[in-house]
Amino acid sequence: MSQASTTKSAPPRGVPGVVYHWVADLGQVVLGWVVALGDLTLFAGRTFSWMFTRLPLRETLVPNFYQIGVLSLPVVALTGTFIGMVLAVQSYAQFRLLSLETRLGAVINMSLVRELGPVLAATMLAGRVGSAMAAELGTMRVTEQIDALASMGTNPIHYLVVPRFLACIFLIPTLTVMADFMGVVGGAFYSIGILGIDSHHYWIHSQNFVGGYDLFTGVFKSVFFGAAIALISCYRGFHCDPGAEGVGRAATQAFVYSFVSILALDLFLGILLDSIYLLIWPHLPRLV
Amino acid sequence: MSQSADRPERPEPVLRVRGLCLRFGSQEVLREVSFSVFPGQTLAVIGESGCGKTVLLKSLVALIRPQRGEVWFHGHDMLALGDRELTQMRLRFGFVFQNAALFDSLSVEQNIAFPLRRQGNRSEAEIRRLVRRRLHEVGLPESVLAKKPAELSGGMRKRVGLARALAVSPEVILYDEPTTGLDPIMSDVINELILRTQLRENVTSVIVTHDMRTVQKTADRVLMLYPLGRLRPGEPQVLFEGTPQQLQQADDPRVRQFVRGEAGQRLQELDETAV
Repeated sequence: MSQASTTKSAPPRGVPGVVYHWVADLGQVVLGWVVALGDLTLFAGRTFSWMFTRLPLRETLVPNFYQIGVLSLPVVALTGTFIGMVLAVQSYAQFRLLSLETRLGAVINMSLVRELGPVLAATMLAGRVGSAMAAELGTMRVTEQIDALASMGTNPIHYLVVPRFLACIFLIPTLTVMADFMGVVGGAFYSIGILGIDSHHYWIHSQNFVGGYDLFTGVFKSVFFGAAIALISCYRGFHCDPGAEGVGRAATQAFVYSFVSILALDLFLGILLDSIYLLIWPHLPRLV
Repeated sequence: MSQSADRPERPEPVLRVRGLCLRFGSQEVLREVSFSVFPGQTLAVIGESGCGKTVLLKSLVALIRPQRGEVWFHGHDMLALGDRELTQMRLRFGFVFQNAALFDSLSVEQNIAFPLRRQGNRSEAEIRRLVRRRLHEVGLPESVLAKKPAELSGGMRKRVGLARALAVSPEVILYDEPTTGLDPIMSDVINELILRTQLRENVTSVIVTHDMRTVQKTADRVLMLYPLGRLRPGEPQVLFEGTPQQLQQADDPRVRQFVRGEAGQRLQELDETAV
């Protein structure tokens, strides 16, 4: 290291100097990202390794399952209901022009189970639980509680991260199903109850259009969203900078990074699942 | 392990630290720090704030991993152990943190019982009995057991932290600034508790402190670190190693300045930066 610093020449002046600093700053940022990504991967690896070597303690599992699953249910259900209704409001005018309003059910329900249900449930989870986890673990890091855990023969990843990870991946599918269900109910309530669409045809078209694979797609994707939320949030908490500002930044970044990963994962998993669909049923007409 | 041959007359050290080097980014914190702690001995690590004392203490149980160096404990290099072995090995240490680091979500009783439950070989009745015993040893009433750490005063939290570290009867206790932030009376109570623990359990202790009364009262040996920013490249970071009596008679002006608590030329630096 000392050799590198002695051979380093002074930066040039003027315009080349500006470019020099610009490239150096860019390199620094990119390097920071690569290091953080590598760190996160190692963190995920350690979490998996502890998950399979020793069972998590009941005393850590139950509160996390309650906090992450049960307490998130009302807000996810409410979001789902409103999104279902909003879809009905937004699509009705166009479908009415084509006299296809009974097809509204098909469109609303398909959008919900494939995309909006899982993504919204995951977003709510990232906002409600992800930032809280980062803030809680961040405070524990800053006040040396994570060090205290480690010093008492307890692996902090096994004690703190594994139960949160398990709660996220096991409960996010149920939250997704809840968001789907309440969205379907909300959409149907608005379409049939308020817009006066014929209920028989509304449901028949939905039933014909939305298949089991669509429901599976949404639920399958949600497991990956849950894993991303848990790992990113816990990682940010574990690597929190000292002070109130550090904890605040960890909480914000946990949400932002989780949200971006949810959307990126959604795209790639969507492509993957579509390819699998085509592989299994190559002759069936594509529905989306 | 093989180094034991060169000191046949002395017992095998409990902790043998060799050439610890640590840096955070571009900032060098520890440079070639080496020392040994023998069974039953109490080593005080002193030095001004920011000289790397706490980092050194945390390195001993690999809570922080130095870039270079070895920490030998019963034939194992703590810094080379894997996650699982390290978790087991750390149960033989007790760590008293600067701000106690009690778990806020747990009661005092659950905090002290925490390391006992982690060992997993005791009945609930035995754990309850041990928790009460440790609490009495640090002079706290049973009424605090149900309280949360946030409801306790600083001195009480420190004592609960000590009770928690002692719970599993560790072989080595590491104290991180045990008297910092306490009033003089409570500081003396803590010093007394450290001394009693030493006599009763015959443990080996490493105390990181800048309180000279703690050093005089509890330590058998003293190690003084100096901030690397104030040293020339290549100068040793350990300014002094010896008994507390030798510390009082040390020739090095930097050691004398610390022992007497004099600002010295730092006042000049203060004026220079103000200008």
